Amino acid sequence: RLGPVRWTKVTATGCTASTPPILSVRPSRALVDEAFEVLVENLPPVSPFTLRSLLHSEDGDDWEAYGRYVSDHSGRVSVSEDLSFGGTYSGMEPMGLIWSLRPVPGSRTGLRLRKKDVTTPMLITISLYNGHEDFRDNSPLVSMVTERWYMGPGIQRIEITDGELRGALFIPPGPGPFPGILDLWGGGGGLLEYRSALLASRGYVCLALEYFKTGQMKSTDMSFEYFENAYHVLKDHPQVIPDRVGIISLCLGTIVTLGLVAESTEIKVSLLLTKTYEFNKIRVDENNHQIWRDVGLALLQEPSMKVDVAKINCPLLLVNGCDDQNWCAVETADDISKTMNAAGKGHLLTRLDYPETGHLIEPPFSPHCPAGNIIMYSSNQKVIQRYGGKTKPHSDAQDDSWRKILSFLRHHLYCSQKAKM
Amino acid sequence: MDEKRCCVTLSVQPSRGLVDEKFVILVQNSFPSSLLTLYAHHQCEDGYSWHAFAHYTSDATGAVNGVGSYPRCQTHSHVTRNADSFSCFFAFHFTVSEDCSTGGTYSGVEAMGLLWSLKPVPGSKPGLRMRKKNVQAPMVVTISVYSGHLTEGFEDQVPLAGVEVERWYMAPGVRRIPVTEDGLTATLFLPSGPGPFPGLLDLWGGGGQLVEYRAALLASHGIASMAIDYLTCKYTMETGKIVEQDYFEMAYKFLQKHPKVLGSRIAMLGLSLGTSVILKMAVHSQIVKLSCAVCVSGSHVQPMDGFLKEMVDYLGENCGNARFTEDNEVVWRDVLLPIPTDLSLKVDVGKLQCPLMLIVGEDDQNWCAYESAMDMKGMMERAGNNHLLTLLSYPNAGHLIEPPYMPHARVSHFRDVLSQQKMMVLWGGQTLEHSRAQEDAWRKLLVFLRKNLYSGAKSGSLSLSNL
Repeated sequence: RLGPVRWTKVTATGCTASTPPILSVRPSRALVDEAFEVLVENLPPVSPFTLRSLLHSEDGDDWEAYGRYVSDHSGRVSVSEDLSFGGTYSGMEPMGLIWSLRPVPGSRTGLRLRKKDVTTPMLITISLYNGHEDFRDNSPLVSMVTERWYMGPGIQRIEITDGELRGALFIPPGPGPFPGILDLWGGGGGLLEYRSALLASRGYVCLALEYFKTGQMKSTDMSFEYFENAYHVLKDHPQVIPDRVGIISLCLGTIVTLGLVAESTEIKVSLLLTKTYEFNKIRVDENNHQIWRDVGLALLQEPSMKVDVAKINCPLLLVNGCDDQNWCAVETADDISKTMNAAGKGHLLTRLDYPETGHLIEPPFSPHCPAGNIIMYSSNQKVIQRYGGKTKPHSDAQDDSWRKILSFLRHHLYCSQKAKM
Repeated sequence: MDEKRCCVTLSVQPSRGLVDEKFVILVQNSFPSSLLTLYAHHQCEDGYSWHAFAHYTSDATGAVNGVGSYPRCQTHSHVTRNADSFSCFFAFHFTVSEDCSTGGTYSGVEAMGLLWSLKPVPGSKPGLRMRKKNVQAPMVVTISVYSGHLTEGFEDQVPLAGVEVERWYMAPGVRRIPVTEDGLTATLFLPSGPGPFPGLLDLWGGGGQLVEYRAALLASHGIASMAIDYLTCKYTMETGKIVEQDYFEMAYKFLQKHPKVLGSRIAMLGLSLGTSVILKMAVHSQIVKLSCAVCVSGSHVQPMDGFLKEMVDYLGENCGNARFTEDNEVVWRDVLLPIPTDLSLKVDVGKLQCPLMLIVGEDDQNWCAYESAMDMKGMMERAGNNHLLTLLSYPNAGHLIEPPYMPHARVSHFRDVLSQQKMMVLWGGQTLEHSRAQEDAWRKLLVFLRKNLYSGAKSGSLSLSNL
């Protein structure tokens, strides 16, 4: 962590209109898991500047991040190469302007940044201000808009509304067929497409499945048949290679996934990102945010509440945050690991446990959400849940885990010569 | 299920890039010793199909993650198609920017070959030229990888993988503003951000129309650029008269007083006939004070008495010097030759007071740009202002030196607005060298514009890192 920095304040006039700085963001249009380079040139040498990113979300909230920089003797600031001396991030952080985004002061509480319309990009304005003081009252010297996309060019998005099944299917461009992935989210409900769109951009036919609407849960929605049906719709799709289908899930979805892979003989690979249940052992922290961690700990003591993971026959990747305040992810992973090892299935299991990382392990550069609003599906009540994690380690975990997830998927769904275990 | 098909993956980064940005094409998981063809297809706005292809060979040398040691290919500018003695070995992935094509519409190590070597598909109408009209939508190119070394029949085979790539003239946040005030027919492109920005007037040549793509691209680089129609503009269409000097001065003043433009930092960029306008204005206009000028494929030869109309008449008087090739293509380059010694017939660039960049192709068959550039250099040396001159002269490049990676047209249909004639014109240039010239010239043009439009800070060097 950087302490206060001393530097000699050069009596430069700072930037004026007659010597306009040059700001570039490359690439200016990128997928959300791609890095960019932010470079400023033509600045007065060894002078203080603040770079700020601003995003206006679909929900109408403003998110910002900023870093304080000092130009070098050639009048240049390079976010990829220079140190941020503070702000919402510090140190050498090429993507700090994205992953440290947070609601601007005065915003509503419990916000979480999630893109609903994946057919349009997130628009982020990157601006440069003179000095290191509060920039909010000043005009930027120069700014640039950059687009961050979940969907690559040529990806097809198809809404699934036939019969019982609700979701969105994403198909990559090209002749196909492709490996398929069923994408299951968690206790917040609704239909979240962004991870599926991104996986399609990485070469998979991906079905984002809605299994209950926000705030409502019907017992039929959670039936095994609903998910098996979804799995078959995916597997039987003409653009999908039927013996190369996997599942990715987070939170509540992982229970479903484990159930599916344990009880079904067909699923090729599955990947879980933490988990949750809902019970009465909820604590509340100093901010009145709910901590559900202990719910899970209690649950782990109840064999009847657990999926029999000894029956799993496909490779399984568990991604856990060690500071998950919503679910005891690490303890759960320990339990799964113990059971699978005892059953001789330990070779199927891979675990990634990330220190100081919370519950919501999202695609890279997504802003860290330490606590968020959620509508309880049982009571339709809005509460704030604490998810845990410290921003920088959590963001690093998102970056690292995404690459490892993609490599796990690629290894088993693209490269593997064997169709099934 | 075809196991082989399942494996190969193809990615292009960035998948959405600016037209002048390089991309990296990566093919992974190909089988050992497989012959592969990379193929690009584009349907232009006029509905014609264009394609390019290149042959690669992959050879698995080991590690699961595809990283192994392999002999590096040398960069060959002149590798012929039948280079049997020349082969490249790869790990079981290859990268177009690093590895060699052994044949196709380009060969050697050519990161952007699939774009600049695009040609109309066999059977197409002759004389096509690719130019983007709607700059608010991207150019979409499909890039695929096929098994084997194919040279035709791409439509009949299913590729192993394919992706779509977008190429944009406009960066996000760039604003397109049609301009009709002050009698102008123009489009202004403002860069993203609050401004104000240095300004630029962008002039094309004898084909007329309002051609926006270069101005849009320059705005994506931070310059408020205005593309101007000066031959088929509203004034000319309504009155039948060719515009005079004041039309361009009006365009300059429009930019100068625009709230988003730095009035003291305005440049002009022109190609072909546009060069004639710029040189005349730069030396003789009392109103236009340029920070710098860039003149591509043009000449200073024109009657000093008068302006555009007189220039047009002069060209008409000399059109007897035009020749025809055996294929009936018009060669215009001799029309202004020999370069006159009479100072009433050429702009006295010895009087120029702003930096000037001249970009010429030595195989220009349309204008005597090279000879003109040599003459201008001599004039400036004798006048003692040649420190203002940057001369870029490219062997085997033709007349149409455009932004990089767009296909080279050696010959194309052309409708000369001035004579109203439609003909097949020989522009010149050999594709490989012309494409290299476009890339080099554009990069140097951007540095030149930045230096002259943005300088003033004590900082000094501007890096080429963005170019």
